[in-house]
Amino acid sequence: MSAATASLETTTTVEKSPGYWAGVMRRFRRDPVAMLALALVLTLILMALFAPWVAPNDPYRSSMIRRLRPIGTPGFLLGTDELGRDMISRLIHGARLSLLMGVTPVFIAFFVGSAIGITAGYIGGWVNTVLMRTIDVFFAFPSVLLAIALSGALGAGIFNGLLSLTVVFIPPIARIAESVTTAVRKIEYVEAARASGASAFTIVRVHVLGNVIGPIFVYATGLISVSLILASGLSFLGLGVKPPEPEWGLMLNTLRNAIYVQPWVAALPGLMIFITSVSFNLLSDGLRSAMDLKA
Amino acid sequence: MSLAAAAKAETHSPLLSVRGLTKHFPLKGGLLGRSPGVVRAVDGISFDVAQGETLGIVGESGCGKSTTARLLVDLITPDAGDIKLAGKQLGVDMTVRDLRRQVQMVFQDSYASLNPRLTMEDAIAFGPMVNGMPETQATALAHELLRKVGLEPRRFAGRYPHELSGGQRQRVNIARALAFSPKLVILDEAVSALDKSVEAQVLNLLTDLKRELGLTYVFISHDLNVVRYMSDRVMVMYLGEVAEIGPVEALYRSPTHPYSRALLAAMPSMDPDKRTMEAPLQGDPPNPINPPPGCRFHTRCSVAEAVCGEKSPSLHGLSGAGHLAACHIAIPGSGHSRTGMLP
Repeated sequence: MSAATASLETTTTVEKSPGYWAGVMRRFRRDPVAMLALALVLTLILMALFAPWVAPNDPYRSSMIRRLRPIGTPGFLLGTDELGRDMISRLIHGARLSLLMGVTPVFIAFFVGSAIGITAGYIGGWVNTVLMRTIDVFFAFPSVLLAIALSGALGAGIFNGLLSLTVVFIPPIARIAESVTTAVRKIEYVEAARASGASAFTIVRVHVLGNVIGPIFVYATGLISVSLILASGLSFLGLGVKPPEPEWGLMLNTLRNAIYVQPWVAALPGLMIFITSVSFNLLSDGLRSAMDLKA
Repeated sequence: MSLAAAAKAETHSPLLSVRGLTKHFPLKGGLLGRSPGVVRAVDGISFDVAQGETLGIVGESGCGKSTTARLLVDLITPDAGDIKLAGKQLGVDMTVRDLRRQVQMVFQDSYASLNPRLTMEDAIAFGPMVNGMPETQATALAHELLRKVGLEPRRFAGRYPHELSGGQRQRVNIARALAFSPKLVILDEAVSALDKSVEAQVLNLLTDLKRELGLTYVFISHDLNVVRYMSDRVMVMYLGEVAEIGPVEALYRSPTHPYSRALLAAMPSMDPDKRTMEAPLQGDPPNPINPPPGCRFHTRCSVAEAVCGEKSPSLHGLSGAGHLAACHIAIPGSGHSRTGMLP
């Protein structure tokens, strides 16, 4: 201890160590790839939020005269689609629906799946068996198939698309939550907390939640890209968003006939899906390594 | 019973009294969830711990030491047996919550015992707070306890586990156990993971705290020298049973059970003239899933005879007061040819 701190011996204030999250932030900021991914994600979100102000043209205004213009056309920087609508405006507006379809299901599934998984993992025994085997029934279907089947059964539309995607993402999140919780429950600090006579709810709140939510959160961020692609897939099949709404998956679908005429323009919505999902993946990778205490 | 007699019985009854404590873990993996067998982790052990004494428990890995410790705090529920603390029986006139407030435990792994997300003061204050103490009071108590275990609260109260050394963390774990003002503290290999110099400091701290707070310890270790230093009485366990129990000096001077003898013979002597001549034990202990019939030690015992494979010996008193061994050679008329020829 330095002389400066020793002279403060009489004060009762406690030296507070920087908390866990401060350390995570510090490590995250040192990771250039993760910071780039974060910047891209923030840009996409801002783009979606301020789409009407950012977009140069009306994304719905079509024209039979200027259909399928190439990239670089004056006034239509990224060309026009098969109905002559401005591509760049549609891509910017498309971020709204695409991000909504990508993020919302994962966000809801994160809460529902964590609740199921932590309950199953902490209580264990037959509760675990009942919950996890039920989850396994959903898990047995390939996620694409499940999403298509559910939204097919519920009917097309944004809300049904969101609902079916949420159902698709609950099982994997619950599974991760269950396995992390089962591992944490056996660690001695949880045993010590049980020996202190605390209730199960208090132990989960104080000792379990903080130690399991990190890994679950990282896993869920990784699912956002999957959700984006699935949502685009649903739209592509005509099950999610309906035309003429701008949504990347739907745009990809309607432009596929133009692939021989204007391949670069037709590929643009796919490029947006790619950039967005890669950004979310890199962001979750960065979070994972920043949250690792042993790193 | 008259009041005086009741008071007399109270003063003479031990702090902790365990009778026929049993825990069998069912094995998993059987067809349709049917268990193919049980692990007899603890099989009908009985012992007393007097107020203010330290009972050492020794034995090989897997002999049931840690299971016994966890049973005493009800971290695992026993299959059979009674636990009595200060005359009150668990499940009859004492709840699990009451028991846990009076019996606390310190674990071997100091790092795993502390939540990585909690500061030291929060870790210590957690127990009192869930038992109804207001936060400011619990924090003040945490600071006082930190000081008591030799950690300056101003420096250490706000720290996280990964910022402390192993010895410091174990001091925090001791402080956390003391936050309940327990009567009995179970130290499950509490110093085994520390290096020797730190171990000595923590042992001295434990001795000081015991004297200062009038604590009673159950001290579990595989280090026979440490057990001798800490304990008043020692219990030797083998495959979930008590092999021998007695005052520390009597047991170390004249171990009776062949297992205790082998165990003590395996201890390196401090005196080069007193080299250990008896061969240490061969092989591993038998499988506790299917323990051998009769005396569980007869498969590895140097003096085993036919009777040892047939009859299970019960604990039998020896010449020294309170010194008991579960071996046929200590039981007159057991049929063992060396009966009475105690070493």
